[in-house]
Amino acid sequence: MPFGATVLQQARRCLTIARKDIRIYYSKGPVVIFGVLFPVFLFLSFTIGRHLEVDFMIPGLIGMVLFFTATAISPIVVPWETQARTLERLMSCPVTIETIILGDILASFAFGLGISLVPIVIGLALGITISSPLVLAAAVVLAAFGFAALGNVFSIPPTNLPATVNMIASVVKFPVVFISGVFIPLDELPAWGRAISYVSPLTYFTDIARRCIQGQGYLPVAVDLLALLAFAILLLAVAVTFHRRTMPKRI
Amino acid sequence: MTGIESDHALAIEVDSLTKHYGKLLAVDHVSFKVKQGELFGFLGPNGAGKTTTVRMLTGIIRADEGSASILGHKAGSLGAKQMSGVLPEMANAYTDLSGWNNLMLVSRLYGVPDGEARERGEGLLQKLGLQPRKDDLVKGYSKGMKQRLILCMALISDPQILFLDEPTSGLDVQSARLIKGLLQELNARGKTIFLTTHDMDEANQLCHRVAIINQGRIVAIDAPEKIRLATGGVHSVEVSFNGEASIETLAKLPCVNSVKKLGDKYRLYTADPGELVASVVSFSGVHRLKIVSLNILAPTLEDAFVALTEKETK
Repeated sequence: MPFGATVLQQARRCLTIARKDIRIYYSKGPVVIFGVLFPVFLFLSFTIGRHLEVDFMIPGLIGMVLFFTATAISPIVVPWETQARTLERLMSCPVTIETIILGDILASFAFGLGISLVPIVIGLALGITISSPLVLAAAVVLAAFGFAALGNVFSIPPTNLPATVNMIASVVKFPVVFISGVFIPLDELPAWGRAISYVSPLTYFTDIARRCIQGQGYLPVAVDLLALLAFAILLLAVAVTFHRRTMPKRI
Repeated sequence: MTGIESDHALAIEVDSLTKHYGKLLAVDHVSFKVKQGELFGFLGPNGAGKTTTVRMLTGIIRADEGSASILGHKAGSLGAKQMSGVLPEMANAYTDLSGWNNLMLVSRLYGVPDGEARERGEGLLQKLGLQPRKDDLVKGYSKGMKQRLILCMALISDPQILFLDEPTSGLDVQSARLIKGLLQELNARGKTIFLTTHDMDEANQLCHRVAIINQGRIVAIDAPEKIRLATGGVHSVEVSFNGEASIETLAKLPCVNSVKKLGDKYRLYTADPGELVASVVSFSGVHRLKIVSLNILAPTLEDAFVALTEKETK
C-alpha cells in the first residue's frame, strides 16, 4: 500500500480509537474528579476572599482547567487497558503503536478543548472581553494537545494500575501549576522563579491568556505560541518513542 | 522438522524464532511451516512457550532472533495483521461497551466498510447465540458469552488466517462445542487456523497437524495420529464392576503392568490387552462381580504428549 494511503488509513483508525476512549473513559471517576472537580476547587481555594479582578482570575482558571482536563484521560487509558486485558486485543489489530498513542492523546485533547469552554463562557458572562479570540483559540488548541501528550508521557512506565499513574501525574502537575503564572503573573515573579517557569508549557498558555483577556502579557505572542508548539511536538515524540519500548512489556 | 510438502502455498513460515525474558529462554529457535487451509494445533504444557510464540506471530511482541511471515508478510506488519484474526489468551472485550459496539469497533480498526460489518456482525452474533444480548454491556456477559464475542471480534474482518490462543479454555460444554463447530466450519471454507490448546481431545478432533512445544523447543510436529503411533506407549483395559474390586488383586492379574482407579472404573495398563480381557472376565467370575463396561484403549495423543514432554524435561 502506498505510504500516503497507509497514513490516511491509520489516521481513520486513530479517530476510531479516540472515539472509543471518549465513550469509555469520559465518565470514569478519576477523570471527572482529577479532570474537572479538582482544578475548580483548587483554584477557588486560592482565589476566594482575595478580592481579585475577574480579568485576572479567568486566564488562570482557563489555564488550570485546560491543564487538568487535558491531562485527565491520556495517563490512565493505557494502564486501564492493560488491567482490563483489552490492550493485547487492540495491539493485534492492524494499527501501529503510534496510532494507538495518538488516538489516546486525541481523546484527552478533545476533553480538554470541550471543558475549557466552560471557564471561557463563565468569564464572558462575568463581563470579560477577549481582545484576540483567534490567538486565544490557537493557544487553547496547541496547549490542549501538548497537555494531552504530557498526560500520555505519565503512562510510559509499564504499570497496569491507573492509581500509580495518577500518583506520578500528581507529583508533576501540582508543582507545574504553582510555577506557571496561574496565581502569580510572570512579571511579579523573581528572576529565578521566572527561569523555572519557562520549563512549564502552562506558563506560555497562561501568559497568552492574560494578554488576550487582561491585555498584558510578559512574553511576545509569537514566543508563547512557538513554545506551546514546541512542547506539543516534543511531548508527542517522547510519548511515542517510549511507549514503543514499554507497550510490549505490558502484555 | 516441518512435516510439510514444499509444493503447498504457505500461510505461516517460522524460521528460528527466539525470545528471551531476562535470563529465561522462553522460545528457543522454533521453526515450522503451516500451509494455507490447514488447521494447525500448537500444544504444550504451561510455560512451554505457546503464547509467546503466538504473540510473536501476531505482532504483540518482537522476536529477539529469527523471522516469521504470515501469508508472505512479515509477522507483526500491518499487512500481516490485516489478514489475521486474533483471539488472544486471557483477552477481554471492552466491558463498558455493548457486544455490538465492541464488534463495530474492531471492524473499523480493520477498515471493514460499515454495511459489510453490520451484515457480517449480525450473522456472527446469530451463529454464536449472542444476538438477543448484543445491545447489553459486556460487563453483564458470562465467561462463555465473552469468549464467543471475542471470537466474533476475531472474525468480523473475515480474515484469511486465525490465531486462537486457548479458545475453549474454561468454557462450559455448550460454548466449547459451539466454538469447535464453528472452527471446523471455517476451516472447511478454507480458513487457515493456528490453534493453541491444552485439550488433547480438541487437538485430536480438529487439527490436521500438531506441533508439541516444551521448554521453548518443538519436540514433535506431525499429524496427531502419526505422533500417537510413533510415540508407542502401552495399551490399557478400562473396566467397571457392579461392586468394589481390590486394586491389589487386579494388579496381580497376568500381563498387568499397573492399575489406576478412575472414578468408578479401573484402568489396567498392559502390553497384551487380549490376554488381559480374558483374565478380567475370569476375575469377575471368581469374585462374583458383574462387568458393567469393558473397553480396550489404545495410547492416546495425551499419552504421547505426556511421554514427549516428560522425556524432554528429563
